[in-house]
Amino acid sequence: MTIAHATTSRRSFLGHSYSVVGVVAALVILAWTLVAILAPYLIPHSIGDIVDDDYFGPMRQGLWLGSDYLGRDMLSRVLMGARYTVGISLAAVSIACFSGVVLGMIAAVTGGWLDTCLSRFLDAMNSIPSKLFGLVVVAAVGSSIPVLILTLAVIYIPGAYRFARALAVNINTMDFITVARVRGESTAYLIGSEILPNIIRPVLADFGLRFVFIVLLLSGLSFLGLGLQPPLADWGALVRENIGGLPFVAPAVIVPSLAIACLTISVNLLIDNLPQKIRDRDA
Amino acid sequence: MKSGVLNLVLKRLGIAAVTLLIVLFAVFFATSMLPGDTASILLGQAATPEAVAGLREAMHLNDPAILRFLLWLVGLVHGDLGTSYANEMPVAALIGGRLVNTMKLAGITTLLSVPLALTLGITAAMLRGSVYDRTVTILSIGIISVPEFMVATLAVLLFAVYLKWLPALSSVNEAHSLTDLVRIYAMPVITLTFVISAQMIRMTRAAVIETLSTPYVEMALLKGASRGRMVLRHALPNALGPIVNAVALSLSYLVGGVIIVETIFNYPGIAKLMVDAVATRDLPLIQSCAMIFCLGYLFLITAADVVAIMSNPRLR
Amino acid sequence: MSNLVEVRNLRIEAKTDAGRLVEIIKGVSLDIADGEIVALIGESGSGKTTVALSLMGYARPGCRITGGEINVNGKNMAALSEKERARLRGTDIAYVPQSAAASFNPSSTIMEQVIEVTRIHKLMSPEQARQRAVELFRALSLPDPEGIGARYPHQVSGGQLQRLSAAMALIGDPKLVIFDEPTTALDVTTQIDVLKAFKSAMRAGGIAGVYVSHDLAVVAQIADRIVVLKAGEVQETGSTAAILSAAHHPYTRELLAAFEPKPRQAHADADAGTKQLLRIDNVTAGYGAVRDGLPLIRAVDSVSLVVEKGRNLGIIGESGCGKSTLARVIAGIHPAAAGAIVFDGKELQRAARKRSHDQLREMQIVFQYADTALNPAKPVEDIISRPLAFYHRLDRQARSKRVDELLDMVRLPRGLRYRHPSELSGGQKQRVNFARALAANPKLIICDEITSALDTVVAAAVIELLKELQRELGLSYIFISHDLSVVEAICDEIMVMYNGERVEQITPDKLTAPTHPYSKLLFSSVPKLDPTWLDGLVRDPELVNQYGHR
Repeated sequence: MTIAHATTSRRSFLGHSYSVVGVVAALVILAWTLVAILAPYLIPHSIGDIVDDDYFGPMRQGLWLGSDYLGRDMLSRVLMGARYTVGISLAAVSIACFSGVVLGMIAAVTGGWLDTCLSRFLDAMNSIPSKLFGLVVVAAVGSSIPVLILTLAVIYIPGAYRFARALAVNINTMDFITVARVRGESTAYLIGSEILPNIIRPVLADFGLRFVFIVLLLSGLSFLGLGLQPPLADWGALVRENIGGLPFVAPAVIVPSLAIACLTISVNLLIDNLPQKIRDRDA
Repeated sequence: MKSGVLNLVLKRLGIAAVTLLIVLFAVFFATSMLPGDTASILLGQAATPEAVAGLREAMHLNDPAILRFLLWLVGLVHGDLGTSYANEMPVAALIGGRLVNTMKLAGITTLLSVPLALTLGITAAMLRGSVYDRTVTILSIGIISVPEFMVATLAVLLFAVYLKWLPALSSVNEAHSLTDLVRIYAMPVITLTFVISAQMIRMTRAAVIETLSTPYVEMALLKGASRGRMVLRHALPNALGPIVNAVALSLSYLVGGVIIVETIFNYPGIAKLMVDAVATRDLPLIQSCAMIFCLGYLFLITAADVVAIMSNPRLR
Repeated sequence: MSNLVEVRNLRIEAKTDAGRLVEIIKGVSLDIADGEIVALIGESGSGKTTVALSLMGYARPGCRITGGEINVNGKNMAALSEKERARLRGTDIAYVPQSAAASFNPSSTIMEQVIEVTRIHKLMSPEQARQRAVELFRALSLPDPEGIGARYPHQVSGGQLQRLSAAMALIGDPKLVIFDEPTTALDVTTQIDVLKAFKSAMRAGGIAGVYVSHDLAVVAQIADRIVVLKAGEVQETGSTAAILSAAHHPYTRELLAAFEPKPRQAHADADAGTKQLLRIDNVTAGYGAVRDGLPLIRAVDSVSLVVEKGRNLGIIGESGCGKSTLARVIAGIHPAAAGAIVFDGKELQRAARKRSHDQLREMQIVFQYADTALNPAKPVEDIISRPLAFYHRLDRQARSKRVDELLDMVRLPRGLRYRHPSELSGGQKQRVNFARALAANPKLIICDEITSALDTVVAAAVIELLKELQRELGLSYIFISHDLSVVEAICDEIMVMYNGERVEQITPDKLTAPTHPYSKLLFSSVPKLDPTWLDGLVRDPELVNQYGHR
């Protein structure tokens, strides 16, 4: 995920150069995070209250984002939806990346049969399409929030593992690892102190990317009616329940879609425009 | 050298076979975790305990899981996919026509998106940094960043609501003329093409750009080669492996895309069948559909790897 | 215009990561007459390749020609359009790259790439071009000139590829050929063949050349004139003989001084050399399938050696001879399949994992590439203080004090401790690398090609440092290198390896009279500063056939 960097304007500060796009993207992400945390204090109406006489009401004063198919306040529902979409995705991606990265580094450093077995098994897991996996698991055990988080995490562990392992394998061939090894260092030291600091940047970028995938998958599942169940509603579920408003171009169906796009595009742009450490050769 | 390639390909196929077994196992067990006793669900509320016990016996539900898995595998090999719980029809019969519909959708999408994506990806790489390249890159990143259903809803808004060119829903049975056909497939195909192409464009562009920065392309430049010659003669043949890989990988996104697209457009394909089966908890049907999807996905991933191996000039 | 090439006040800018513009070529001027070969010499980063490429009107991505004239054959390359430049590339001016292996397109045959120039510029029919190519292959003394063109690049050795890339350059009958360090990646015995082939082909065609190199001895063989570059500026220009005998510029003198044999210190310590520190007996190690407890592919084949306390052993040989594997076997990184390793009177386990902390501590290994041997994510002080914490359990304060001492020992300013490896120069990195080994308080340090990645002048300084430290600390070194002069400068004994086996062991004063035929070939292949050396070199063709990697 790299865009030509030359095109974006960059500013430098404290030995790092920042792109304007990256800063804006980071602010958007920060804003959504705050919304997710503070949603209960921000919503003007309770999410269950029917406040409009009409359904699919337009945007107007008091109902800034219009009303949904039952006449409920969309603004409140979208703000609360952020909680579920961001919260569930963040929990899932944290579990997925933590397990995947730790396993990947262990496999790379240890090698041998452990590496072979782990890689073979997780590669097999990877050859189950993610939506399908979600579909089957949800069919089997229902879709409570913990189940959703775990399912999403399990789906993305193989990818995180593969990514981290590939990076760690590269680092593992470096001489400084060999030096540490013949010094007699333990596997834990090798992983935590020698390998991790060298792969942390790409791993964080991968974290962001996987967060986007999970947001999209969660929204997709909810859109199919297999994600969060009513009365809870994340952004995908909001689109689903208001899809009837599509012919009228109701804000109730447009706004949650835009919210998803706004979040995922921001994350993608942030990853592509991370601050760069300035390494100038001396003139 | 030839035997080296053959060995690698055979090894890759072997891995695919092992993976398939693991995947089948996973699908079987995930579905057998379905809550509720299948026998009592089938017989309904009024069933006597004896009847339920009898049915359990008949369906081998009391046997250990591993035995049931093996029985299921034996059935698969003989083309017996089981019987649907919901309407007691053979699963094979339910799937048959639906599978053809999905294949048609996937086929048309492939025919459209592969040439489109390759052209855009390669030209963007050639004109790297230009306005054209930036537009293509930003559009593809945009499409990748939003859920498939959003691409679909936007397409509906544009073509069905504003322009009123196309119907929002598909119904294959009404296809009587070519124009009907176009109208039916247009929305699902457009949506899928967008979703698949975006991924493919990005990967193709990256592959070509990587080969364009190799020393042998610089060498070609220093021999006086034109830009076109550098790309066509030197970069593309070496980017072929990664590009075909990108194509196969992107096509495997069809599996996920098709599930959303068939649902949203009410397209009578196998994905819609499966989503419905999940709603009714129709176990044999879910198992079979999941298996078909995994097969297709595995086939594409394996094909990608095999092509990558074969296109490696060092193994020639 | 009298000269083929006249460069006047050339300026080239490069863009840094932060987008700042830096001038990397600062007003270079040089002339090349018809048929003359001019060498551009300088250390890495001096801009020698950038200047050479600019003669083709080309600047690598991120660089831009900002000023000056580059007149080649009457045309100013800097002012031409890209299309007009392309017309001259391959026909008027041709290029021989540093790494031929990377510069051949892996998916097309060698012949196709050699004659591509004639296709691009429509010089002759493909049939004629192929005939011409075969003639060139013959002139460059390539084996199987008729058949080699049908092969793919990966099926041909490095030395052959390098000559094939010369054929690729010569096929368009250029007036000027640019050689960009074409023999740097080759072994010395191969380098001779390639140099000879280049020289005779250039002489036969009366072609002018630019020869980019960091190696004065190589340049002395082939160039008529030498231009010394440093930091993007010309330091000194003169005929080869004049530069070699009467250099004016201090930098050139430094370069020359690095070639002079250093007087070796006599061992004042009479005790030294009486006690064995390391002895290995019939050690065998390798890769791949194992039969009868021994690997089928043997990198090291029953090698024995002894290192005495306070003395140094040099191990010399060409790439693939097993010298680096031997180092890794001794250190336990690559456990031996057979044989015994006795260190300080005790037999060591073959795998490092099974050795005790003290055994590991007393034997340290230092690797060739300081770039990969230092963790780029850590500052220098963390890198050096880890062995202090790990082996000596020093507390934070003691560690900090010791880090200062160690930096003093390797002659680095103390302030460097806060920097990361990427902020150090190559020589500084190698000193940190060495300081980390010293931090363990070892008795033996295995140095695996530690000066090979350094510029000549820097490498000479590092060798001097090693000698000093040995005097102060009573260390022993095993010094592995492909470079005879380096080993000669520091070692008391030299072991020659070929094909995994120990061929001969001699002392430096007997280097002129090796007994084994391979040692003879190897020692006689090392280029001398004398410009007549290559022409006067007579090699036993049977020896070359037997041992040369052709």
